[in-house]
Amino acid sequence: MFNSSEIEAFKNVWVFCEQREGVMMPTTFELISEGRKLADELGVELCGVLLGDGVDGIAKELGTYGADKVYVYNSPLLKTFTTDAYTKVIVDAVEAFKPEILLFGASTIGRDLAPRCAARLHTGLCADCTHLDIDLDNYQKFLREASTLPEDRIERTKSVRLAGADHSVARDLKMTRPAFGGHLMASIICPRFRPAMATVRPGVMKRRENPREVELLHPAFELKPEDIRTEVTETVKAAKKLVDLIGADCIVSVGRGISKDVEKGLALAEELAAELGGVVGASRACVDAGWIGADHQVGQTGKTVHPKIYVALGISGAIQHKAGMQESECIIAVNKNETAPIFECADYGIVGDLFKVVPELIESIRQAKATK
Amino acid sequence: MKIFVTVKQVPDTSGTVAVNPDGTLDRASMQTIINPDDMNAVEAALSLKDELGCKVVAFTMGPPPAEGMLRELMAMGVDEGVLITAREFGGSDTYATSQIIAAAIDTYGVEPEDIILAGRQAIDGDTAQVGPQIAEKLHLPQVTYAGEIKKDGDVLTVKRILEDGYMTVKVHTPCMITCIKELNQPRYMNIGGIFNCYQMPVTVMTYDTLKDHPLIDKSTIGLLGSPTNILTSFTPPQKGAGMMLEGDGKETTDKLAGILAAKHII
Repeated sequence: MFNSSEIEAFKNVWVFCEQREGVMMPTTFELISEGRKLADELGVELCGVLLGDGVDGIAKELGTYGADKVYVYNSPLLKTFTTDAYTKVIVDAVEAFKPEILLFGASTIGRDLAPRCAARLHTGLCADCTHLDIDLDNYQKFLREASTLPEDRIERTKSVRLAGADHSVARDLKMTRPAFGGHLMASIICPRFRPAMATVRPGVMKRRENPREVELLHPAFELKPEDIRTEVTETVKAAKKLVDLIGADCIVSVGRGISKDVEKGLALAEELAAELGGVVGASRACVDAGWIGADHQVGQTGKTVHPKIYVALGISGAIQHKAGMQESECIIAVNKNETAPIFECADYGIVGDLFKVVPELIESIRQAKATK
Repeated sequence: MKIFVTVKQVPDTSGTVAVNPDGTLDRASMQTIINPDDMNAVEAALSLKDELGCKVVAFTMGPPPAEGMLRELMAMGVDEGVLITAREFGGSDTYATSQIIAAAIDTYGVEPEDIILAGRQAIDGDTAQVGPQIAEKLHLPQVTYAGEIKKDGDVLTVKRILEDGYMTVKVHTPCMITCIKELNQPRYMNIGGIFNCYQMPVTVMTYDTLKDHPLIDKSTIGLLGSPTNILTSFTPPQKGAGMMLEGDGKETTDKLAGILAAKHII
């Protein structure tokens, strides 16, 4: 009988390896890289769990980023994601092999599947994590850099009170995520149940090669058509090519400041982006107004980005926007309002009308590049 | 046929957010609003009611003042409200919350033609977990990220929005659908509704109401029944102020381009 509270019975780090139409999603490699770090800190194996139809070929790719083993489940019933089929196979696998940690990408699939699995397994799940730790020293070092907590409070994070006793968190997964729209960060633990589960925000964890020979395992499993209560009748890709914000080295983002002349504002952003070899992003206000597609949105409800150059044009800098871009290496802000919060996180700020400043900036950059 | 809608009263995180010196949120200083995605779920329920003439029941878990939010929803057209409130339910994480709300919906009674609608996620936690977890606890199928819902007999056809397109999913009632903002434009309260909403029924479900339900156990609800614990919470440090350049003319942009070139950024 499976019992999620028998902590000692659980071992190894697992990553749900998301594929769509037989292609591994890039987030999977980020999670395998991060999972490798956690497995090394625990001194255990890193295993992928891959569901699909004829996916052995892409399972081998996971060895490049440090997976020791991949549990592969092939079936025509697993070709396309359905909540019911994937939940059943993953829950059965977890009950059989008892991993202590189970990670998912925080995608439209991971965020559909992971809560369902956690509820069935009776364990905890932390959503949309941006930082993961096992090692307590590393975690406390992270807090010293990423928080304003005083040293005595950082010191106290080594244990929590559970049922009237001190519980050491040394072997617990410490899952850190933004809350309240990015106003607060919180570190969550799942001390009494296993596996500790997390969905991880795409684009945040770094991909690191760590090649090794990966072993593929094909455990027997049960899945019947009647287990699946939904029917996917079509999958449609967006007609236009979507912008790749996460992979971009430079992002020129526009905000409400372009409202005076949306068309011209977007054209200027595109021209500047082209000059810098980048792509165009946008604040939520622009997406909500229908000026630009949702794939361009940067921020808490959009994408988290950390390009080499981030240019914010006419963006006030609400905390939700900053949560998605403040880790960029060099931030340049242009805004008419000198008290705009975007200037608090900008490396370089210009107070002025973007319709005046951007053409000048494009010209200046052209000249600077020419004289180089 | 009934439509259940789950709603949450949340602090308005888009406004000014005050943080206490100990790193917790100063909730008392913040405005509360109805969670935005939940409004899309309410609108979807009311649209189906306009079309099919079904009953819409809103469920919320929270402190007693959340009743005011239920009255606002009634002024929009919701027929009945259920307020789930008890000290024993406080401190629940998503797992424990879904146990309690599932128990409340089950106690009310789910019939074969019923639908449960939820917002995709709440802006205070942004987890998107409670909808699917309620569905799991009620053993119902789910479709998340609904951008379009059509009903034909007992089959719902849902456009499920993905990062790079969408998929069309068919599901039979009873089921759980979670709604995103692209689904619709929520309606306003109407004058007649505002007059009448204080005469409409609000059922209060407390710990005593639900305590005999199989999902309700001291070990699976509230702070002690939550599988997750908060180890610490904190505010990120403000990045040091950068360089503000004087003026907005060509000499200013020249200076910036010069700095960027000198630092090999361009």
